[in-house]
Amino acid sequence: VLFAPFLQSCLLCNIMFYSLEGVNLTAAKERGQLVFLEGLKSCLDLLFGEEEEQSGQPSPLQFISESASNLKALFDFVRTSLTPAGSDSWKGPVLLVDDLSVLLSLGVTPVAVLDFIHYCRVAVCSQLKGNIVVLVHSNEDSEDEENELVVNSLCHHSDLILWAEGLATGFCKDVHGQIKIIRRVSLELTAEQDHVQIYQYKIQDKNVTFFARGLSAAVL
Amino acid sequence: LVFTEEDKYGLYSNLLFKYFLAEGVVCGHDLFVASAKEHPDHILKELPAPLLDDTYRNELGEEATAVKSEDFQDSMKIAWRYQNLPKMEASPTTSTKFGHYYNVSKTMSPELFQSVKWHSFYLHEELSLQPKMKICNMNSAYARLLQSIQRIIYQEGFDGSDPQKKQKNILRIGIQSLGSVLWGDDICSSDTPEDINSLTKFLYVLRGLLRKSLSACIITVPAHLIQNKAIMERVTNLSDMVVGLESFIGSERETNPLYKDYHGLVHVHQIPRLNSLICDVSDTKDLAFRLKRKLFTIERLHLPPDLSDTVSRASKQDLAESAKLLSSGCGAMAIGKKHLDF
Repeated sequence: VLFAPFLQSCLLCNIMFYSLEGVNLTAAKERGQLVFLEGLKSCLDLLFGEEEEQSGQPSPLQFISESASNLKALFDFVRTSLTPAGSDSWKGPVLLVDDLSVLLSLGVTPVAVLDFIHYCRVAVCSQLKGNIVVLVHSNEDSEDEENELVVNSLCHHSDLILWAEGLATGFCKDVHGQIKIIRRVSLELTAEQDHVQIYQYKIQDKNVTFFARGLSAAVL
Repeated sequence: LVFTEEDKYGLYSNLLFKYFLAEGVVCGHDLFVASAKEHPDHILKELPAPLLDDTYRNELGEEATAVKSEDFQDSMKIAWRYQNLPKMEASPTTSTKFGHYYNVSKTMSPELFQSVKWHSFYLHEELSLQPKMKICNMNSAYARLLQSIQRIIYQEGFDGSDPQKKQKNILRIGIQSLGSVLWGDDICSSDTPEDINSLTKFLYVLRGLLRKSLSACIITVPAHLIQNKAIMERVTNLSDMVVGLESFIGSERETNPLYKDYHGLVHVHQIPRLNSLICDVSDTKDLAFRLKRKLFTIERLHLPPDLSDTVSRASKQDLAESAKLLSSGCGAMAIGKKHLDF
């Protein structure tokens, strides 16, 4: 599993995952199951680090310092991390990207981002029989055209979309939002429509409770 | 990373900025002040004096240090908020206290200030000292500022790099009017800026620095000048907390009876969610601020009682319009003036 949290630091992610029913990321990392690419830390190393750190391998986040929108180094890192080495028996590699929208903020063109995801799909899904989970931000009336472009394109190519949004009727203390789960069955050319399921959720300190619309515990 | 959108004339955001720094002084934190507009020395001379209430201050000091020592070593942030003071409450002492009160009519005494170590970054001085340089295609002023911050963090050991240092302290960073023309960035002055990503790149690297060290940062930005809204969306995603200040000076809301007691509104766009899945969402989302002679307070906004007898239909609808704004997010209400039945 490759987890690339671009926006949060490793430690914070650890804490959040741990509080989710005791999923222990550090142990997983030691077992070799989990590879972190900490965006923030790599970026700092790149910008402020000394010369000795460059061990010949280009940093995965090199696109920040180079003006070219070239995510190749990032892709190479992904590929090498997820390819099982020899006797490893990873059942199905998973690539988790926390916040693709951040790449746009760092000056990468939308086309480069989409290319990157495409390459990852080829490598992870087809060759390694794995999965990719990508997070993007989006607003309803967003004026960020580049972001919307990436989001729309990803939606078209995804098999499963989890769309979390606030309630249409406004802010509520007990129901924090609703999540639409869209299974893109239509991609399988069987003339079926996408399955859409809608649940509402409430986030608590340690976990999230999901329930059918209108059946929140506060209402019943 | 607290991101503040400045109000039109910068009066109130400056006040907020000074409060942040003053809090740092009172808590004994180190300060780093960066500005392209005013010399940091001037800013620091004008910090408001803390309200002399010794017993409270001592209690708070203990509480505050106790909280910090529990936090994690390498990455820590302080989410800092005013408490909402509802008018209904008899005395503010009963509500949970976090922070100090300040008297804006007096400036902080120099003795209080002496005990604190502070660093400053005044853009015009820095530019004249060294020749131009470029880091990763960022605006050179931003690059210089990042270098400066990183240097201070490293030298003073805020990132835990010096194990000899026994006393861990926190660095409060304040950056004024980022993104304005004075920093060499043209996102405030043109529709299609030259390097649209300069500010976002800067924020990203700053975030990295903050996560890696014991520091917290407040930035004020003249958001009303930024033409390209996409930048504001990206910036919101990159910050932990985003607060906008809208002052009533010179706008039509000044004469609106709903707002007569207040000087402006506070829009909270984002609340930090660190270390947990959920953040503490307050009951009300409508906050307004006012600047009394001595105190700057942020309170819940509510409708004053409708006591006037000569209320015409038109002005009632005016109030209704404003009341619609109050219940922000209630999409059902915002249908149209005619449909509202009062």
